[in-house]
Amino acid sequence: MSTATAEKTAPLQWNYAPAPESVDPQFRKRYDLFIDGKFVAPAEGNYRPSINPARETTLAEVADATAPDVDKAVKAARKAYTKIWSKMSGKERGKYIYRIARLLQERAREFAVAETMNGGKSIRESRDTDIPLAAAHFFYYAGWADKLEYAFPGRKAKSLGVCGQVIPWNFPLLMAAWKIAPALATGNTVVLKPADTTPLTAMKLAELIQDAGLPAGVVNIIPGGRPTGAAIVQHPDIDKIAFTGSTAVGKWIQKELAGTKKRYTLELGGKAANIIFEDAAIDQAVEGIINAIFFNQGHVCCAGSRLLVQEGVADTVIAKLKQRMATLIIGDPLDKNTDIGAINSKEQLGRIEALVASGAEEGAEMWQPSCELPAKGFWFRPTLFTNVSQSHRICRDEIFGPVLSILTFRTEDEAVEKANNTAYGLSGGVWTDKGAKIFKVTRQVRAGVIWANTFNKFDPTSPFGGYKESGIGREGGWHGLQPYVELE
Amino acid sequence: MSTRVPVQKTYKLYIGGEFPRSESGRTFDFNDAKGRHIANVSRGSRKDFRNAVVVARSAQKSWAGKSAYNRGQILYRLGEMVEGRRDQFIAELQQQGSSVADARREVDDTIDTLIHYAGWSDKYQQLFSTVNPVASPHFSFSVPEPTGVVALIAPQDSALLGLVNYLAPIIVGGNTVIALASDKKPLSAITFSEVIATSDVPAGVVNILTGYRSELLSQIAGHMDVNAVVYAGDNVEDRKTIQSQASLNVKRAIFSEKQSQSPYAILATQETKTTWHPIGL
Repeated sequence: MSTATAEKTAPLQWNYAPAPESVDPQFRKRYDLFIDGKFVAPAEGNYRPSINPARETTLAEVADATAPDVDKAVKAARKAYTKIWSKMSGKERGKYIYRIARLLQERAREFAVAETMNGGKSIRESRDTDIPLAAAHFFYYAGWADKLEYAFPGRKAKSLGVCGQVIPWNFPLLMAAWKIAPALATGNTVVLKPADTTPLTAMKLAELIQDAGLPAGVVNIIPGGRPTGAAIVQHPDIDKIAFTGSTAVGKWIQKELAGTKKRYTLELGGKAANIIFEDAAIDQAVEGIINAIFFNQGHVCCAGSRLLVQEGVADTVIAKLKQRMATLIIGDPLDKNTDIGAINSKEQLGRIEALVASGAEEGAEMWQPSCELPAKGFWFRPTLFTNVSQSHRICRDEIFGPVLSILTFRTEDEAVEKANNTAYGLSGGVWTDKGAKIFKVTRQVRAGVIWANTFNKFDPTSPFGGYKESGIGREGGWHGLQPYVELE
Repeated sequence: MSTRVPVQKTYKLYIGGEFPRSESGRTFDFNDAKGRHIANVSRGSRKDFRNAVVVARSAQKSWAGKSAYNRGQILYRLGEMVEGRRDQFIAELQQQGSSVADARREVDDTIDTLIHYAGWSDKYQQLFSTVNPVASPHFSFSVPEPTGVVALIAPQDSALLGLVNYLAPIIVGGNTVIALASDKKPLSAITFSEVIATSDVPAGVVNILTGYRSELLSQIAGHMDVNAVVYAGDNVEDRKTIQSQASLNVKRAIFSEKQSQSPYAILATQETKTTWHPIGL
């Protein structure tokens, strides 16, 4: 049997031949705004290059929507809502959404490559997670469209109108699906803004929506930066805002909407505790820790970024973790062997570097495997910190990168106390072979999604969303219908 | 022989199962419709509110941890206690301007509302929980859980029923609450707190303040250890203040002009927790 010390002295060498994915992502040279069923030039004529963060090359130019474009999109969405979508039977609405799901499944590989090139995530993840889940999400909510009368006993579910939706850059297409699918199923129309660094799969989705024959104006996709998002939030003819992104922006939105009748759902940041008990299956737990924090380069709001290890197994877990981290393959996101792809943007890399620097300054101990990083592009080595105190910024702030802060605990109560010692409450993890302990702990952790003996699992049928400062409302499942309907 | 002089009640706050005066020492006059002095009502301060949040927070975990059956019986007992004090509540509502017929109806509806929500204590979970048929080999299920500490800005015009209509769905779901009573009709809320004190509702689960809405609203909505604020009313300025302040900690800001009995009223101050576990590992 291998021991922690033996493993430390015998680093593994992995050499894989390159295995690049070669499907053509079929980017246009230039993408206009998708408004009222057509691609139209932006009012102010601005385009911004959208790059591949792994190579720093430009993939396409994408229109930058400004307030007049937002207004145009909202008008189109309102017209489509009043004249077509709100009058259409759920059965017919559903069939359009099914079409989107099917078309997406058919072009899954192309979308996966596009997602990986534009966002930097590994092709394995975009191929196996992002794109299939996006298609599944449309398929799931398509089926709800003609069943809403059964969803809320004693009440009639009525659509809201025009939904303004602002999504982040970490799961670009999947977040678009999370937003658009339930909105359409419940009879609303949509103005969606993808993130400024990752608009390309959303624009490809716009093409696909054209192919699906969705009535003009039901979905409008207008890329842009923060001012575009603000214009959507502030537009007086939008009935509901759905936002996924940082807690700071979420708070701004909540405040901005104060005194209006606009509804809103917010899916914000997190600082999840991943709790490893002594009686856990340690090797499985180590894999779980890796998945929890390094999935999608740690650009995951529900990432297990605080590891809480019970003292008796802390040394073993940390040793095994380091050994496993040393085997992670960092590099070309299009290579099917790659575990950790590129950091999404230069800005994000800067934020990660600043927080990691604060960790060292505040007295935590940093460890990274030695691995080569590509010369071009934005990269960050998988990183762990030990000797972390709960007051350290790396233990309080969302880093949104491949950086793990490790704390230890002795008792269940201490684990729960530490897990809940955060302003966030999006997710959590518990690893133990004792069923009774799982329920005891998961009930006490104040978070919206808790994975026991697993981590980072998602499904369209399973509601997702946070407690406390991690947001308001749920997306996915039956629960995900509620934010898009008024119950009469 | 002289006639007996009745003993009058001092209307105080209800915090942590006790009846303190406002720490500020302030009161405000409450007169009946004819201008006769009825009471010096405590004018609760921001500090009183903060004190109430501390006890509400410490009471929340064990309240939520009680069995649903137990919480239901405690709410039922609240109904029993109001029933036993019908005459007192009716007289007090009359002092605050209600006709006798309206007062009777209000007390009846209050009791019935408590009984209604008592029955929901072990049922709303079954309506709003799901087992999620995920595609991977996992057991995934979602259940409602209390959002935590809730501040309630009770309706201005309905001294007793209005309060109970909003309070009952909050506490039956395992939340603890700090309620700010109507400042126009503050008396019934304090008398209701005597009902709470005698109904096995643990100290700190329900806290009732009297005071001026205008001076407390912003502080209540901005408190960093309050999870939700429920506002009964339609004042746009109030709503704006509440939601702006609520954004400090992404507090759930729940606005409701009128409340009808339903499990959806309970759902308003619930979170959804989803738990996953592998199958067959």
